[in-house]
Amino acid sequence: MAQGVCIITEFREGAFRRVSFEIASEGRRIADELGEPLLAVALGEGVEAVASDLGGYGVEKVYVVDDALLKDYRAETYVPVAAEILQNLSPKVVLTAASVDGKDLSARLAARLEAGLATDCTELKVEGGGLKAKRPMYAGKAFAWCEWSDGTWPQVASCRPNVMDCLAADASKKAEVEKADVALPAGNLTQVVSIEKDAGGKLDLTEAEVIVSGGRGMKGPENFAMLEELAGILGGTVGASRSAVDSGWRPHADQVGQTGKVVTPNLYVACGISGAIQHLAGMSSSKYIVAVNKDSEAPIFSKADYGIVEDLFQFLPAFIEEVKTLKSTC
Amino acid sequence: MNIVVLVKQVPDTETKIKIGADGKSIETSEIKWVMNPYDEYAVEAALRLQDSVGASVTILSMGPERTVESIRTALAMGADTGVLVDDPATEGSDGLGKAKVLAAALKSLEFDLVFCGHRAVDSDENQVGIMVAELAGIPHLGLAVSAEVTDGTVKVQRPIEGAKVTMEATLPALVTFGGAHAVWNPRYASLPGIMKAKKKPLETKTLADLGLSADEVGAQAAKVSVTAMEMPQERQPGRKLEGDTVEKAKELTRLLHEEAKVI
Repeated sequence: MAQGVCIITEFREGAFRRVSFEIASEGRRIADELGEPLLAVALGEGVEAVASDLGGYGVEKVYVVDDALLKDYRAETYVPVAAEILQNLSPKVVLTAASVDGKDLSARLAARLEAGLATDCTELKVEGGGLKAKRPMYAGKAFAWCEWSDGTWPQVASCRPNVMDCLAADASKKAEVEKADVALPAGNLTQVVSIEKDAGGKLDLTEAEVIVSGGRGMKGPENFAMLEELAGILGGTVGASRSAVDSGWRPHADQVGQTGKVVTPNLYVACGISGAIQHLAGMSSSKYIVAVNKDSEAPIFSKADYGIVEDLFQFLPAFIEEVKTLKSTC
Repeated sequence: MNIVVLVKQVPDTETKIKIGADGKSIETSEIKWVMNPYDEYAVEAALRLQDSVGASVTILSMGPERTVESIRTALAMGADTGVLVDDPATEGSDGLGKAKVLAAALKSLEFDLVFCGHRAVDSDENQVGIMVAELAGIPHLGLAVSAEVTDGTVKVQRPIEGAKVTMEATLPALVTFGGAHAVWNPRYASLPGIMKAKKKPLETKTLADLGLSADEVGAQAAKVSVTAMEMPQERQPGRKLEGDTVEKAKELTRLLHEEAKVI
């Protein structure tokens, strides 16, 4: 008999990634509605030392496997271990992170457990004793509500980072930690050859709270320095439109839109971006949108909370000065 | 070396999406169908290996008859053969169902590498390719932006949050591609390529040909399905700020700080 809600955490370099706390918080809410306990599976090298902290977000019990073999995410080690723990627990609901590694893990796990998977969910509900999940399709041009067939457990949903509410941690609460007794596969089919960190530990677009994006109107790669400066002051990161990426000004990892990333920051500043439909699909769910463009007819203005019709090369330096002044006074 | 590229046909990314009369699928009457852009990068990656180390490239797809056009496009780019699983019973399959169909079709093909896009830009599920790797029992390297093959190993570069990772896997393996167009642009089909593609072998299969039945992979087998669709909340256009440069800069800063409270 399936029971419990179980999250699968993401752990990197000695710490849980923020998305793990988001899915723990969401998991707590779902578990309460279902009247079920909230469990967690935490894998990684050094994860045992911090596993009990998940209690601060409402996790009751954590099953850990702490081993050097689990230092970096690799499907061939993580998936069999997580799958065996889940098979033993037999939870009703499994929540994972729709991060780069989490997407791989979720799909593999679902295939191994013969489970239905809804990916990249932005909202979860409980209805009729099971989960109902809202997820974007067509890069957010539409949303789908997904439901699982009756009695098919577990219901697996990966959650988009940065969307679900994260509880404030209650440091006085600790989760019970149990070492999971599972066989650890050697894993010799895939190797991580190297990990090269981006300069300044750049935040990924999907996890950034502020994004300053540039398009064709930036005229060249050198002018993105201005956006880097603004993003730096605002604690954000730089994005780009498809045409800026296609021109080779920015790497594809920076691309926002249907063939790039779908982003949901609190603030999205679009500079010199006209607003092609595929770009709008990728950023329209931002909380606040600012558009700076000299063409007052640019479609981006139809999505912008605040529009600045002006040459960005004239406006941005003045805006950067104002933001600096604000930041120095508060 | 044999490479199989999984290709899906999707609505062009410039398509305006409208919800259909059933409320749970999209209106398809005015859609221009194209090869999923990420699958196109996968085709390009395979053709680069065909050029550099020699490889036979097979395109494998599932979908209705119109899907033939996307397979022909890949053949015109330079792929060698095509296989289409066209069976109405696959309509309504979930991700796992689709992966089972593709994995079954793969069994009848020889392959050292399977390439595909990391997601299709229609349903954005990001699961079918990875599930195929799981079902085929082979390693998967995800979100690659490049692929090299040496001595029975495939090596890829993949950007993750805040870092670039280089990974390798023993063949056979499945590689899903991310935004490779920052590294390379998929080649266009040349006119002679298009002419040649018409004569290249393209086989159509049904579920029965693959030894599968509808109740294993079709709508009845779906563990998760879309029960409703909705449009995103329409954003109300906001205001355009007035004044000279400095006035606008001051006002925008004030609004973001006091009204929106985001800076």
